[in-house]
Amino acid sequence: MRVTKDLVAASATPIVLGILAESESYGYAILRRISELSGGELDWTEGFLYPLLHRLENLGHVESSWQTVPGERRRKYYRITKQGLAELTEHRRQWETVVDALKQVWPHVGFIPLGGTA
Amino acid sequence: MTEVALEAQFTQWREYVHRRPELVASDADELEDHLRDSVDGLIALGLRSDEAFLIAVKRMGGLDELSREFAREHSERLWKQLMFTGDDPRKARSGRDLIAMLICAAGAAVSIKIPELFGQRYDGDGMFYATNFALFALPWLAAFLAWKRRPGIRVYAVLLGLFVLGAVAANAYPVDDDSQSVALTASHLPLALWLVVGLAYASDNLRSSRRRMDFIRFSGEWFVYLVLIGLGGGVLITFLYGTFEAIGVEPDQFIWAWLTPCGGVAAMVVAGWLVEAKQGVIENIAPVLTRLFTPLFAVALLAFLVTIGVNGHGIDVNRETLVLFDLLLAVVLALLLYSISARDPQAPRGMFDVLQLVLVVSALAIDAVVLITMTGRIAEYGTTPNNVAALGENIVLLANLAWAAWLLLRFTQRRGGFPAVERWQTAYLPVYAVWLWAVVLILPPLFSFR
Repeated sequence: MRVTKDLVAASATPIVLGILAESESYGYAILRRISELSGGELDWTEGFLYPLLHRLENLGHVESSWQTVPGERRRKYYRITKQGLAELTEHRRQWETVVDALKQVWPHVGFIPLGGTA
Repeated sequence: MTEVALEAQFTQWREYVHRRPELVASDADELEDHLRDSVDGLIALGLRSDEAFLIAVKRMGGLDELSREFAREHSERLWKQLMFTGDDPRKARSGRDLIAMLICAAGAAVSIKIPELFGQRYDGDGMFYATNFALFALPWLAAFLAWKRRPGIRVYAVLLGLFVLGAVAANAYPVDDDSQSVALTASHLPLALWLVVGLAYASDNLRSSRRRMDFIRFSGEWFVYLVLIGLGGGVLITFLYGTFEAIGVEPDQFIWAWLTPCGGVAAMVVAGWLVEAKQGVIENIAPVLTRLFTPLFAVALLAFLVTIGVNGHGIDVNRETLVLFDLLLAVVLALLLYSISARDPQAPRGMFDVLQLVLVVSALAIDAVVLITMTGRIAEYGTTPNNVAALGENIVLLANLAWAAWLLLRFTQRRGGFPAVERWQTAYLPVYAVWLWAVVLILPPLFSFR
């Protein structure tokens, strides 16, 4: 099963902000975390993640700095800003509304088998 | 595979990334770090390092796609390319160029104000600046180009000699300010000196046809940059006027006696530096312009010929119309030159080559009509410096275009190669130089400085 492009695009910002809200991180680790969280279903490319990170930085939702953690390479770390946290809260409110609505609708329809007709 | 071989692959990969204008150095670092993490992760899974590298690169996806994504996010970077790029080894060199350019531009700006120390006011009457203007800018541009090429001492001597000759021609002759000779010098000397700049440009390999074609390209791009800088300058002046007048200060004196002359000559040097620093950025404009205007001019000229045929109305030839038709030939020649300069000599013949032939032939036909009328007129009324110059130009351009048409015809009929068309144009450059210098140096005494 693959998540559709539109859904990936819509969920990208809250997912990245959510991961960065846990702790500051860098590109490779963010991709690993996304893959881990989705059980490998969400497979982002580098060409998708890095421009997104740069856009969030331009918007002021995250900030970045090159850091050297002892025993590791110099890396560009991203961390969420106050404004980013506010943005994340707003995203979360919207998603909860959507998920709530879906949850209410779906039990009545029942389980739709894959490939079947509704 | 050893650690060293893996590092070599990373180095190579970095080089590929560096060639992408969309990816700046910090992006490259970030992506490389990512790549290294992927490789480490795959090695930890038990892959050999060369296998790990291959798979990691493959996962990252093609650089084309990657740069496209980055470009979408950072479209401003493509603009910055116009000014600030350069691979690391070239950076030092372009830094020195920048300093040399600044010195030359400052020199030009200062030199145009020096005659004022001797009582030649810039905003005063007289033709001094009209005939000498190019002499304050082009030697500096030539100096900058020669400094970059580092030719032999003889080339420097020749360049210096020619500029001195130009200064003599502009100032030594006893001509009146309202004589035809002064106007001819003012219009022809800059072009003659421009070809001296060409000498400096091609000084590293004067006989090479490619090098001369480079100079033709350089001229076109230089002109485009100069126009762009001029437009920006116009905006600056407009605001200077408006803002200072709003506080009751009249900036006229500063603008017309300082900003425009100094800025003008400095802009000529800066434009030359821009072309040198960014070869190939504007290069793309010349082919677009020629592709656009070659068909339009061809249709316009054909329509003109048909109208003459239908109406039976001859061309009213006087000096103004002759100059106009000279300019028309020059435009046709420029269309031809710039499409040649942008054309890949190996490309196959196409519709566009035929179109070019139509354009040149119709220009020739029109000019033949003009020339016949003009000759009759000169025979009737005698010669003046102006109509001799205009007629001479006409003949020089006509000869060029006639032979170019012949070569193009052979080319479109597959009986000749394209390089012959190109070589003809580059070989013809000295003819312009001879004619322009003849107008500047010989015509005035010939007509006793009328």
